[in-house]
Parts: sequence; C-alpha cells; structure tokens
Amino acid sequence: MPAVGRASCPPTAGGNAHRTAAGTAALHKPQEPLLQPIAISYNRAHHRFAIFVAVVTFFLIIAGALVTSNDAGLSVPDWPTSFGSLYKIPHLVGGVKFEHTHRMIAQFVGFLSIILAVWTWRADPRRWMKYLGLTALSLVIAQGILGGITVLFYLPPAVSSAHAALAQTFFCVVVLIALFTGQNWVEEIPLVEIDRERPSLFALVLFSIVVLYVQLILGAMFRHHGLSWWPHVLNAATVAIVLTWTCVRALSRYSGLDGVRRPAITLLSLLIAQLCLGFVAFLTRVAWGHDAVQPELPMVVSTVAHVAVGALLLATTVVLAAQVWLRIPVVEERIPSRERKQVAA
Amino acid sequence: MNKKLWAAMFVLGLLALLAGCSKKENTNEEQTTSPSSEMKPSATATPIDPATAASVSGTVTFGGAAPKAAKIDMSQDAACKGNNVAETIVANDGKLANVFVYVKDGLGDRTFDVPKDSVTIDQKGCRYHPHVLGVMTGQNIEIRNDDETTHNIHPTPKDNREWNESQPPKAAAIEKNFAREEIMLPVKCNQHPWMKMYVNVVKTPFYAVTGEDGKYEIKGLPPGDYTLAFVQEKLGEQTQKITLAAKDSKTVDQGFKP
Repeated sequence: MPAVGRASCPPTAGGNAHRTAAGTAALHKPQEPLLQPIAISYNRAHHRFAIFVAVVTFFLIIAGALVTSNDAGLSVPDWPTSFGSLYKIPHLVGGVKFEHTHRMIAQFVGFLSIILAVWTWRADPRRWMKYLGLTALSLVIAQGILGGITVLFYLPPAVSSAHAALAQTFFCVVVLIALFTGQNWVEEIPLVEIDRERPSLFALVLFSIVVLYVQLILGAMFRHHGLSWWPHVLNAATVAIVLTWTCVRALSRYSGLDGVRRPAITLLSLLIAQLCLGFVAFLTRVAWGHDAVQPELPMVVSTVAHVAVGALLLATTVVLAAQVWLRIPVVEERIPSRERKQVAA
Repeated sequence: MNKKLWAAMFVLGLLALLAGCSKKENTNEEQTTSPSSEMKPSATATPIDPATAASVSGTVTFGGAAPKAAKIDMSQDAACKGNNVAETIVANDGKLANVFVYVKDGLGDRTFDVPKDSVTIDQKGCRYHPHVLGVMTGQNIEIRNDDETTHNIHPTPKDNREWNESQPPKAAAIEKNFAREEIMLPVKCNQHPWMKMYVNVVKTPFYAVTGEDGKYEIKGLPPGDYTLAFVQEKLGEQTQKITLAAKDSKTVDQGFKP
C-alpha cells in the first residue's frame, strides 16, 4: 500500500515550493535556494485569462484541422499577407473561409499570448512561471512562422506536420499555465502518496506523453501526405495499451487523490472516444473516401473531431503528469530520507 | 560578436528569407524558343517530309458498365453554378473521353519547334475547361477566369516547378508554361476542392485527347515504329506498339476496363 500523508514538504521546486504553507519554510535550509518559499496568492483574473487563452487555442486547433480536412491550406496563396493585404478580410467563400478564419484566430491567439506572457512576467513571482509564459509566446511565434513557411513552400509534409505538432505543444503549455495559476495549485497543501512501484506512475505518465506525441506526429504526417496510414494505426494500439496501463495504475492505487483521479478518468474517457473517432475517421477517409471528388462532410467531421480529441488527450496527459509529479513522489529518487518519516502514514 | 547582434542577424535573415519567398514568381519557367504553330522546320527542329507523313486515329472504349459519376456539392460558393458531375471517368455508350494519347517512344532524338499559339485553360462554372489538356514543353498556357468568384490555380507536379496563384473575377489571364515532360500533371483549385484537371506536357507535337465520342487522331508522324500510350487519370496507362509506313493512315483502338 502506498504511504499517504499531507505534504508538509513540496516535492518539487517547480511544484509547490513557492507556497506560503506554514510548514514549508521550516523544512528547508537556507542553502536550498530553489526550495525557498515565495509569497504567492491566487490571482483569479490571471488564472481565468490563462483558461481563456487555452479555450481559444483549442478552437484554433479545430480551425487548423478544418483547413487540412477541407484541403484549403493553399486557398490563400500568400503569407503573411492574405491576397496582398495584412488587414483586409477577403470574401470568405470556399477554402478561403477556412484558411483565413484560421489565420484570424491565430493572430488573436498570438495577441493573447503576448498579454499572457507579459501578465505572467509581471504578476507571477515564480521565476519558472515567467519562463513558461515566455515559452508559450516563443512557441506561438514559431508556430506562426511555420504556418507561413508551409504556405510559401506549398505544404511540405514535414513542415505541415511540425506545424500540427507544435500547435498541440503550445496548447499543452497554455493548459499548464492555466493549471499552475489555479487556486488548487497555488493554495492547496496537497495530499501526497508515495510511489514505490516500478515503473513508477510518473514514469508511466511520461511514457504516455511520449507515445502520444509519436502518435501525433504519425497522424500529422499521414494527414499531410508524408506517410501512409498504417504507422499511425499500428501505434494506436501502443497508445491504447500504455494509456490504459497508466490510467488503471492511477485509478487503482491513487483514487483517493482528486488531482490524479479526475485527469485519469478524463484521460480514459478521451482515449475511448479517440479510438472510436479514429476508427470512423479511417472509414470515412481511407476506406470510403479515397476516391472522393471533394472533402465530404463525414470525413471532415470525423477527422476534425479526431484532431480535437487528440489535443485534449495530450493536454490531459500533461496535466496528469503535473499532478502526479506534485502528489505522488517517487520515494527513492525524490524524497530525502529525513523527510520520508514525516510524510509516512 | 555579442548575443544581441546574433539575434538581430537571425531575425534579419529570417525576414529576408520570408521576403524572398513572398516575391511573385516569374511567370515563365524558361524562355521559349521562337515557336511555330504550323510545325515548320527551323534550325533546331528535325524536319519531317510532309509527303511521307502518316497518321494514326482510333477510338478508346470503356468495357463494362460505366461507374456512376459522383455529384459535386458546390454549395460553399454561391457563384459556382453549372455542371455538378465529376469527370473522373466520362464514358458515353462505352466511349471513353479525356484519355490522353501520345507517342511515348519511337521518335528517337528528333526535336520539334514549340508552337507559337497558346493553349487555353478556362475556369467557368467552377470547372476547368478542358479537363485534360496536352501541351508541349515550353508552350504558353493562358489561364482565364470566367467566373464571378476568385480561383486559385495550383499545379502539383512531380518533375516541374510547383506554383500557386489566385485569380480574381475579370482578372487578366495568367500565362505559364512547363519546362519538363510530365504526364497527368494535376492542377487544382484550393478554394473549390472539386476543381481538378490534368495537364500533359510532352516534347513532341504527336498527342491528342479523346473527345466524348472516344475518338482521337494524331497526324504528321514520320514513318517508323512507335509506342502509342493511352493514359486515363484513374485507369492508368496502356500502350500499343505500332508500325507506320509512309503516308499510312492507321486505326488503333484501345479498350480500358474498370
């Protein structure tokens, strides 16, 4: 049975080392600057803004998926201008409707990311959070440049796939910012359970992220005509096994931890939905739609939903990883021996 | 060199790269030589004796029941009205249209002048006219837009240079050519994803595209042994070996099966 206790010591400098919890400061010596407590209070406006950016980013991913599924990536042939203008909105018909809408939402997300980065830099005392805000901004800039390059070079599969993968990476970073600015993360003294099993749950979650990321790249390469469908379908089995293993471990051992149980249940539900959507997308695109004279609605709906749920799946796994990192420390590696007694039940 | 200077150089380099990519591409891939639409011999072309020239003609057929043509949904653009049936396989009474027929082999090192006349691709009713086009390497192609909506013309070649340009209603014709031989080079419009056509680029003037009656005719061939190729966008390529004597007028039919 895992050891359970209230965390009087934060498991990580990146986790709750910044808390003002009374016991935190006492447990750390001055020579551990990374674990120095930093006065921080929950900033509701900042947190809600981060959630807003994450939601808009999710819609941006859907808009991007609509561009690909409708084969509209080159309907606006120039970049950074659209039909020669930086600000005029073209007649939104045909493929232009999808491509230009995607560009407008992307510009909006870029603008929001600047605000988020500046706000985080100014309002959040945690140094690593400041850098996380800057990371988000850097990613969205890189993403915009990749989007431009893929238009100017007529959608090379590698660049288009990188654009797709980076989109979800950016989404995960913004979701993490929303998580780390949340009231629970900032103010709660988490209930901690020690993980003595091998592989540890944290290792399993990290492995889940890796296989999901590989799956994301394989799927993007298939969608952008750089690879056949079968590597993506084969890897889906690996994803299903690894994620199921991770969720079962999390739910069977740590169901008492809300922060772990909730994302684990969400992850399992999304996995089931994603496998079903993947099957439907395969039917509508590969089996039935390979000779279609134009993108058909069932194919567009199923493939876009597959991309959207895929993004949620990856983001949920990243959230689970953060929660496991916070709440389920791996006993030998991360808890100094003198502290094990204090957290043991 | 300090970090700021490096960063400034990187940003400038990136902007220069993007600016270079954004520049409007040259309309022509390569300069054409002085062409002759009547195939008159020139200093570079290999002369053909008109007194011995032969011809080949025939009908291309489609065996079995013709597949039902897929319907196109043009509802995403109100300006798109017209025939909304796909042209993937057009077979009327067993006669197969839109088959590109050309002399694939047998002309050796002969060279031919590029015709002076342009060939035309017309965008009308959100369709390309014609659906299959034959053109010589370097020959001018004039692309018109007769629709009340913007199209973009986007060839996706394997051996030629790719380009993608938009063309608003009533805009001036776009003129292009292709420098290298390529059969069934797809051209599409990313604004109207059902719009597809194929350009066939060859080095000789000996080609034809079957009409709705499945018929084709190639004239002016010098006597010799040839490989005649029949290419359909979906059904692929079939070939026949033929021998043409002087002044021959041979009939060569070809059948495709589903």
